[in-house]
Amino acid sequence: MARIAFDRLAHAYPGGAGHALKPMDMVWEDAGAYALLGPSGCGKTTLLNIVSGLIRPSAGRVLFNGADVTALPTERRNVAQVFQFPVVYDTMTVRENLAFPLRNRGMPAAPARARVEHVAGLLGLARDLDRRARNLGADEKQKISLGRGLVRDDVAAILFDEPLTVIDPHLKWELRSRLKELHRQVPVTMIYVTHDQTEALTFADRVVVMSEGEVVQVGTPEALFDRPAHRFVGHFIGSPGMNFLSCALLGAEAILPGGARIALPRAYPALGGRLELGIRPEFASLGAEGLPVAVQRIEDLGRRRIARLDLAGQPFAASLPEGMPVPAEPRLRLDPARLHVYADGRLVEGEG
Amino acid sequence: MAKPRDDRAWGLVLPVLLLVAFSALIPMMTVVNYSVQDSFGNNQFFWNGTGWFRELLDPSTDLGGRFFDALWRTLLFSGLCLLIEIPLGIAVSLTLPRRGWGVAASLVLLALPLLIPWNVVGTIWQVFARRDIGLLGAAVNGLGIEYNYAQDPLAAWITVVAMDVWHWTSLVVLLCYAGLRAIPDAYYQAAKVDGAGAWAVFRAIQLPKLQRVLTIAVLLRFMDSFMIYTEPFVVTGGGPGNATTFLSIDLVKLALGQFDLGKAAAMSIVYNLIILTVCWVFFATTTRGQSEAVQGAGQEAGR
Repeated sequence: MARIAFDRLAHAYPGGAGHALKPMDMVWEDAGAYALLGPSGCGKTTLLNIVSGLIRPSAGRVLFNGADVTALPTERRNVAQVFQFPVVYDTMTVRENLAFPLRNRGMPAAPARARVEHVAGLLGLARDLDRRARNLGADEKQKISLGRGLVRDDVAAILFDEPLTVIDPHLKWELRSRLKELHRQVPVTMIYVTHDQTEALTFADRVVVMSEGEVVQVGTPEALFDRPAHRFVGHFIGSPGMNFLSCALLGAEAILPGGARIALPRAYPALGGRLELGIRPEFASLGAEGLPVAVQRIEDLGRRRIARLDLAGQPFAASLPEGMPVPAEPRLRLDPARLHVYADGRLVEGEG
Repeated sequence: MAKPRDDRAWGLVLPVLLLVAFSALIPMMTVVNYSVQDSFGNNQFFWNGTGWFRELLDPSTDLGGRFFDALWRTLLFSGLCLLIEIPLGIAVSLTLPRRGWGVAASLVLLALPLLIPWNVVGTIWQVFARRDIGLLGAAVNGLGIEYNYAQDPLAAWITVVAMDVWHWTSLVVLLCYAGLRAIPDAYYQAAKVDGAGAWAVFRAIQLPKLQRVLTIAVLLRFMDSFMIYTEPFVVTGGGPGNATTFLSIDLVKLALGQFDLGKAAAMSIVYNLIILTVCWVFFATTTRGQSEAVQGAGQEAGR
């Protein structure tokens, strides 16, 4: 159990160009479920390996419960890690695999056995305890990896590095909900690295969105959806992502390049830089009134339909309400409460 | 859907069949032919049935006696080579660098003995171990230890085994090194996270992951050492006495020295069968666990 804090943490790989991880300060609360979300190469795995101690950061400190662990090797940090590809010890049974971390730490056989059986019960592995680990499927192997972390009752945090990559789609869902369930039963800090927004948003209480070595937003799944702090978050989360329209601002009004004016819920001060108006497709709908647009095509996503539009020369995605045919003279209605203004890609707070 | 059937495809295998016939099948059958006959001068042959085989497998006869003596010597030699080379090869491969210039340097150094022709290896050791002018032989005798491979059977054995270890441990090292390099980093990281020490890492990860390459290494080293001829022949010529007369050396003595083609043919067939049998038994037992794993995966998929 640990509260994990980063103090001016940064990392550059030797020989690599620039920072893999730009300087950051952050605190992860004890027993929280965090997800590190971002595309490949954004630095999320680097950050995870810094927490586990597999990588030593080139600057800054890592604190567990206020104690500096930056210089401590992995085995003395009491973290557990589940890797992308299932790691099991081939020649051992499931029981021996689960007992391995305890045996390495010199725990007597009887309590170790009890711990192993307890954890196997939690993970639904009780029936497989005496099978050879290598004969199991990928999902069960990942459970064993997770179990090797859970058997240690002093474990500070469990780290997951894209653990569902090689799991079959229908088992992904099951494993993910079991993980969530487990976090409710065992209050331990869990950190989950993924590039899949569904995994991140369903697993985590707080999602840390990263891009190019930088943390662009930390927030609840709702906050990331409702108020993306950065253009990148708007794009990356949601499918399709948020719409961004170049615009000019005049008090509480946005002026699009074609001259159309859109009323904003709040007034904005005079802003420099590149200005954009952001709104999610979920809050923009096609109808009989509003801004005139040209429909390019309709995408049927099964549960809902998305209209791909041309709004005065800028691409735009909007929802097409259920049962509604494409209007002859399509117009776009925007929910004014959901409009956000971005200057150079960052969210700008309005005045009142 | 029925598979299309075209018997003309057999024509495509014909070249291979011809090649194998001339390179293996026909010479082999010649040997079989010799093994059931007795040969005299003037190319005269007489039918002997299974006579040579019965004599060969009966240790009380002259032929059987020398055959079994040579067989036990060869088995002892192979056993010693495996016992030394396999653990030594694993140990050396574990100490090799994993990155940097040292990788190329050590691999080239290790590969050198493998590139030397057999009879040159024999000559090198024949000179190296000589008590009068050899660096090793003279040095050992200089330390006050009596060492003369030409007269003392124990010294002769030590020399031929040391020579084989020098020549072939590199092969085991290279195979194991390749096997170790193929282990994904995640295993080592997981072991670190699990608090495993060096020995636990070796037992839980490295040794199991080396199982396949070790199977190959043991097979290769068994076959090669069991068939060894050139190096000990150059160094000791099978002596002193018959102390290092291995099966291959005895076979050459019998076939070319005494020109007893029938006996030699019978002996080479039995020799061949022993190698085949040992390799098959070894391969079947070491890969049994793996085929179980395959079946396990099949059941998994079937559930």
